[in-house]
Amino acid sequence: MKLSTYNFLTSKAIKGVKVGYPLKLTIAKKDVVETEFNPTFIERLLPKLDWNTVYLAAQTVDLADDIPQEQPAAVADNEELLQRLHHLLLEIDVLEGQLECPETGRVFPITDGIPNMLLNEDEV
Amino acid sequence: MARRPEHSAPPEIFYNDDEAKKYSSNSRIIEIQVEMAERALELLNLDEDENYLILDIGCGSGLSGSVLEDNDHMWIGIDISKSMLDIAVDREVEGDLVLGDMGQGMPFKPGTFDGAISISALQWLCNADKTSHNPHKRLYKFFSTLFSSLTRTARAVFQFYPENADQIEMVTTQAMKAGFYGGIVVDYPNSTKAKKYFLVLMTGGAAPMPKALGSEEDEKRISYIKKREMTKDCRGKPLKKSRDWILAKKERRRRQGKDTRPDTKYTGRKRSARF
Repeated sequence: MKLSTYNFLTSKAIKGVKVGYPLKLTIAKKDVVETEFNPTFIERLLPKLDWNTVYLAAQTVDLADDIPQEQPAAVADNEELLQRLHHLLLEIDVLEGQLECPETGRVFPITDGIPNMLLNEDEV
Repeated sequence: MARRPEHSAPPEIFYNDDEAKKYSSNSRIIEIQVEMAERALELLNLDEDENYLILDIGCGSGLSGSVLEDNDHMWIGIDISKSMLDIAVDREVEGDLVLGDMGQGMPFKPGTFDGAISISALQWLCNADKTSHNPHKRLYKFFSTLFSSLTRTARAVFQFYPENADQIEMVTTQAMKAGFYGGIVVDYPNSTKAKKYFLVLMTGGAAPMPKALGSEEDEKRISYIKKREMTKDCRGKPLKKSRDWILAKKERRRRQGKDTRPDTKYTGRKRSARF
């Protein structure tokens, strides 16, 4: 699971959960896969991202120094920041770990890089 | 008639390691899946020069995802079968994968995706595999959570195999209830084998539906208009080959001083069938 996907995931589907965002990410094993840097794509991704969660993800992988805590006004012109975001969001691959619902504490395990978002029948 | 896979077992059990392997080795399955994914992408009506973030629902081994990759889109896939997703991991697809059940809702935050495609997955939702399953409720949950996870100008295209007209109605009713606009596009409606159902849903208000392939409807409409225009053009003039037309022609020849046979009761009369 890339950290961009982490930014999109919620646990809203659980019965009774109002927001279910952001999930608490714990990483047991991760990998870095180098991919081609595409600045226009990062720009397109930006309005969809929740910056607090981007920062949260950066903290989890010890890259908090690279990412400002508040979203800067002109990210698109800042090539260096775009490259850092590219590395953070698209190159870091979480292989093993877990996601935790902030409201119920329900744990979603991540195995082989695939988060398991399946719920039990009584949770729907 | 072939047995429908959704009648034999729920998807997470039906798509076991053996069945999943078919999707990576059987060239006919691959060809059909890729072809349908290409058509679904076409129906999404995206700007060709842009890169988008697409959700692939029931992505399986990532065959449809490969089509998205070829068109430079980024994608996230969701599927209920772990075996199928393992194949996708082995194939090293670029998209990110999530294990999840459509009927439990899409676990994504609002406004995430620019579009969604789904190849041969929706019919699985029409069955109740457990006593707690209610197809209507599961479809509604699926469509309403999908609606919120899409942007406001997005489309979602589902290729699916409806069992009967009731299923089509159930699916479209729940989709409309969730706030979508759109309907069904049937490609090659006159062929049993090539016939394909696509449910095209739009979030941003009603737009004209895309044209289906292999239906002659549009050709017929053109010829109809042509005929009308032809009769419109010759308004006021007698219909060609009719008695009036012959009489007018003879009259004109007479005015030109040419040798013309006189008008009689036999002029322009049909010969009897006996002749």
